[in-house]
Amino acid sequence: MHEMSLAEGIVQLVEDTVRADGCKKVKAVWLEIGQLAAVEKEALRFCFDAVTRDTVADGARLEIIETPGQGWCMKCEGNVPVTALYEACPVCGSYQIQVTGGSEMRVKELEVE
Amino acid sequence: MQYRTPDHSAHEHSHDHAHVHTHDSIDFGTGPAGAHAPGMSQARMVKIERDILSKNDSYANENRGYLAAHGIFALNLVSSPGSGKTTLLVKSITALNGSVPLAVIEGDQQTDNDAARIRATGAPALQINTGKGCHLDAHMVGQAMRQLGLQDNSLLLIENVGNLVCPASFDLGEAHKVAILSVTEGEDKPLKYPDMFRASDLMLLNKCDLLPYLTFDANLAIENARRVNPNIKVIRISATSGEGMEEWLEWIKVGCEKAAAGRRG
Repeated sequence: MHEMSLAEGIVQLVEDTVRADGCKKVKAVWLEIGQLAAVEKEALRFCFDAVTRDTVADGARLEIIETPGQGWCMKCEGNVPVTALYEACPVCGSYQIQVTGGSEMRVKELEVE
Repeated sequence: MQYRTPDHSAHEHSHDHAHVHTHDSIDFGTGPAGAHAPGMSQARMVKIERDILSKNDSYANENRGYLAAHGIFALNLVSSPGSGKTTLLVKSITALNGSVPLAVIEGDQQTDNDAARIRATGAPALQINTGKGCHLDAHMVGQAMRQLGLQDNSLLLIENVGNLVCPASFDLGEAHKVAILSVTEGEDKPLKYPDMFRASDLMLLNKCDLLPYLTFDANLAIENARRVNPNIKVIRISATSGEGMEEWLEWIKVGCEKAAAGRRG
């Protein structure tokens, strides 16, 4: 359940931003979560609701943008889509793949008023 | 004034967010994406673009800076519960026999049992109880490092909470994550928990003395680990028979020398 720690990390970033911005209320939080980031989205939603209670983000909507997994196949010497870390290259079947994208976990922006 | 909701009168000034410019202009364009749909309240977007774990990562960078400045080689040992981490640590500390000054940080949800086992070897150990937490984070480890008072040019062994999922995401400032997989588990653990094996630079295949009694296919386990992490180094080891201990201790010593050389340089 490290989603609880992630939710707390999100709230910290939100509170820092709200303090700097001076807005009153956070209506939505936009996240970018890579397909290969070890995040269970439903667990994160649950934890987000629990952690935001009585904060500036109480009742805020959580919007999650999922970014695709990407890797560099050393055999093909090219970019290939990666949907799971244990998968073979969809082109040549090799496991010599370096993941290059899709492991991000970021707070992108807030909708505030 | 800025338009808020369709039922707000243009003359209602009492609301906190009402910005009066003139009484004959209404701004529809300050909502998300500079557009306005009927019935939507006006709100604006604030860019953040920061990693969710940026707080943890900044603590981890502080730890890493401290470790580098003092020539300390730090390892973050991760595995499922029961892989034999603590026994392996006790044997490793005994075998190192004071050749490198070292300290141990133990992470468990509850009890001081593991730290007590380490202290019995004579090495300083500090227990972190995470309570409900499923992993150590960089802030906890930073505090533990300060409390332990680490020696220059030493080895710091951090035994994470037994969990193959959550500790993968949390950088503690260590030089390497070391995953310990025991042969009494399944060969497919690296596939079931790929994040951990991808985050680790070394896999210790532990309890190898039991292989003759099991159907565990060691080559398959290693192949699976390399499927998720083509660069992972593997050492077959047994804390009981001593197999692989020499190679593991040599790997530690090389790391310690590099860390100490980095400090001098």
